[in-house]
Amino acid sequence: MPGIKLSEKTIGIIQQVCADFRNEGSELINVLHQVQSKLGYLPAEVQEVIAKELNISVAKVYGVVTFYSFFTMIPMGEHPISICMGTACYVRGSEQVLAEFKRQLSIEVGQSTPDNKFSLNCLRCVGACGLAPVVMVGEKVFGRVSPQMVKSIIAEYKGGCAVEAKSA
Amino acid sequence: MADYNMHILVCGGTGCKASQSELIKSNFKTRLNEFGLSDEIQVIMTGCFGFCEKGPIVKILPDNTFYTQVTPEDVFEIVEEHVIKGRKVERLLYKDPESKEHIVDTKGMDFYKKQIRIALRNCGFINPENIEEYIGRDGYAALGTCLSEITPDEVIRMIKDSGLRGRGGGGFPTGLKWELTRKSVSDQKYVVCNADEGDPGAFMDRSILEGDPHSVLEAMAICGYCIGADKGLVYIRAEYPLAIERLKIAINQAREYGLLGNDILGTGFSFDVEIRYGAGAFVCGEETALIHSMEGKRGEPTVKPPFPAEKGYNGKPTNVNNVETFANIPVIINKGAEWFASIGTANSKGTKVFALAGKINNVGLIEVPMGITLREIIYDIGGGIKDGREFKAVQTGGPSGGCLTKSFLDTPIDYDNLVAAGSMMGSGGMIVLDDSDCMVAIAKFYLEFTLDESCGKCTPCRIGNKRLYEILEKITEGNGKVEDLNRLRMLSSVIKDTSLCGLGQTSPNPVLSTLDHFYDEYLSHVTSHKCIAGQCKALMHYSIDVDKCTGCTLCFRNCPVGAISGEKRASHYIDQSLCIKCGVCFAKCKFDAVLIA
Repeated sequence: MPGIKLSEKTIGIIQQVCADFRNEGSELINVLHQVQSKLGYLPAEVQEVIAKELNISVAKVYGVVTFYSFFTMIPMGEHPISICMGTACYVRGSEQVLAEFKRQLSIEVGQSTPDNKFSLNCLRCVGACGLAPVVMVGEKVFGRVSPQMVKSIIAEYKGGCAVEAKSA
Repeated sequence: MADYNMHILVCGGTGCKASQSELIKSNFKTRLNEFGLSDEIQVIMTGCFGFCEKGPIVKILPDNTFYTQVTPEDVFEIVEEHVIKGRKVERLLYKDPESKEHIVDTKGMDFYKKQIRIALRNCGFINPENIEEYIGRDGYAALGTCLSEITPDEVIRMIKDSGLRGRGGGGFPTGLKWELTRKSVSDQKYVVCNADEGDPGAFMDRSILEGDPHSVLEAMAICGYCIGADKGLVYIRAEYPLAIERLKIAINQAREYGLLGNDILGTGFSFDVEIRYGAGAFVCGEETALIHSMEGKRGEPTVKPPFPAEKGYNGKPTNVNNVETFANIPVIINKGAEWFASIGTANSKGTKVFALAGKINNVGLIEVPMGITLREIIYDIGGGIKDGREFKAVQTGGPSGGCLTKSFLDTPIDYDNLVAAGSMMGSGGMIVLDDSDCMVAIAKFYLEFTLDESCGKCTPCRIGNKRLYEILEKITEGNGKVEDLNRLRMLSSVIKDTSLCGLGQTSPNPVLSTLDHFYDEYLSHVTSHKCIAGQCKALMHYSIDVDKCTGCTLCFRNCPVGAISGEKRASHYIDQSLCIKCGVCFAKCKFDAVLIA
């Protein structure tokens, strides 16, 4: 992956977050949460800045980032699609739904489409097991999704702005 | 809640919120306002009612009317008919699946009849964002009693006498844990609430925090009083935004009311709570891993002893309890240890919350007394198996647990019986499986999860589980051999014996338990290459019955890969080299002409 040159502004954002947590190494996870929510992802360059600010090694930051599934080093698509792979969704067919998303978007889990419109991920239980299988696109929850519905879900977001989706 | 004539409770749990319950609430408010009834009728958003299958739920008090699957548009009819004219909207009432009769009152529903709600006492009753409603239902009374009337040792004695055991899965006696932390000498101690609910398919803790966050805060303060801590931390999954939001509101309100902070209720006791976020690591449910994660490190477990009670967060004595465990505490103080101990079985007291999910009619959150049978849960509360299919097994304990088969339907459920049956209580996930679920695939599913979540620190778990998974993959793809079944057993026992933490020690359980109870199914995968349940795709073969096919072209038009050919009104044909075995043709065919072998 080619290196990214962070803008002064981005570096400023990261420094501010670190300062908010008193530049303490023990606040690393909180810092990562905040920075990811502001920048969308945590590439190596961002981790270097965090390490410097908190006065810990880059290896430690990288170790934590890669340990937790919530942190990501690749940018998410404009519409991140998450398929729930909790047990309740699994036994109600989420595997087939995932396969259909992969096929329709021609990407694997953890990847984004070339136009960066969609990215595909799995998550473990949103807790809406009554609606299984569940798919989340951004913040929106789609319930009782069948492989047949996949095409129309994608279509809703393809046109630029999402039309009011029929959820559940 | 005294000044209103009527209360409209709208479920604000994650499931119902995903089905537009927020809009339902605002529609109620707008409509009531138009009729000038805003001062007489209160509309509140509550925590989960538990009956998630039929959400969104709207309940109307005082008459206890229970409306299911309400849409934002239905609100107009409910207001005009029920509220104004006093006539119930029949079509939205819950219909008993057997008698087909509409049930007006929740008390008449089988789903609620056998439940005893202690931990969930306020979920679905109060507005979780309003501390006064919690106080109105005896909230913070237990804390007040403890601080002013009972010594810490006496409180611990009460908890011990109640027989309460850890609800996170381990089942360690709570009172004993408190006592151990109390005895540790230190200038600083911590109370930690474990809200890192990682078991896929379980949402008990989330629902308690969303529906009744104050009960957890109150219990944490009581725990702090007992062990001598002035600081509490809630370690919660970042994936639970709603629970976090409500917890934050609750903490702020409790501070405003002087129920958290310095000199609580003028007793000189100080206690405050902070939130720490998890970041998606199942292993962080383990105490030592959780503590490392709170310190900003990788959530890797360490060897016990030292136990957190001696050396925990920042090296100080720390008491870690699960959300549900805490939610029981105030009730035990208010109603007495004897009352609590009167519920349940000899060694498992009180109730347990289960997240009932999978192939069951009433998916939802239930709280039942210990000692209830699986049959009562599945058939009385759960309403039986979905689509009239046959019950096969129940998976409890998640990735660390095992399966309970038909022969255990009448076994009373408690900590010890579940372990004896080869499973475990776990945190409360209960996944019901029917005859279309392949047990080998289920074992593989759980192993894939553990594989993903293994922290990688110790070899048996990191590599052993990978090998286990590969063997299962081989079996589900039709390449397994009989020897593989012995290999599975051997490897499983090595992983169990040699892993450091609970994750590795229990990860082979789903494999062992399915091998024990469904050996025939494994055998048919490896000897005759058949999946009885028809779930393992690689072992399936789709074809079209020439006699039944009418040539309607429905399968042809729906096949995603163009593997089906045939003329209109003539029999169709599946090209096996193109077929991806997705099953769409089978699902679409109206004439049962698609055959699965």
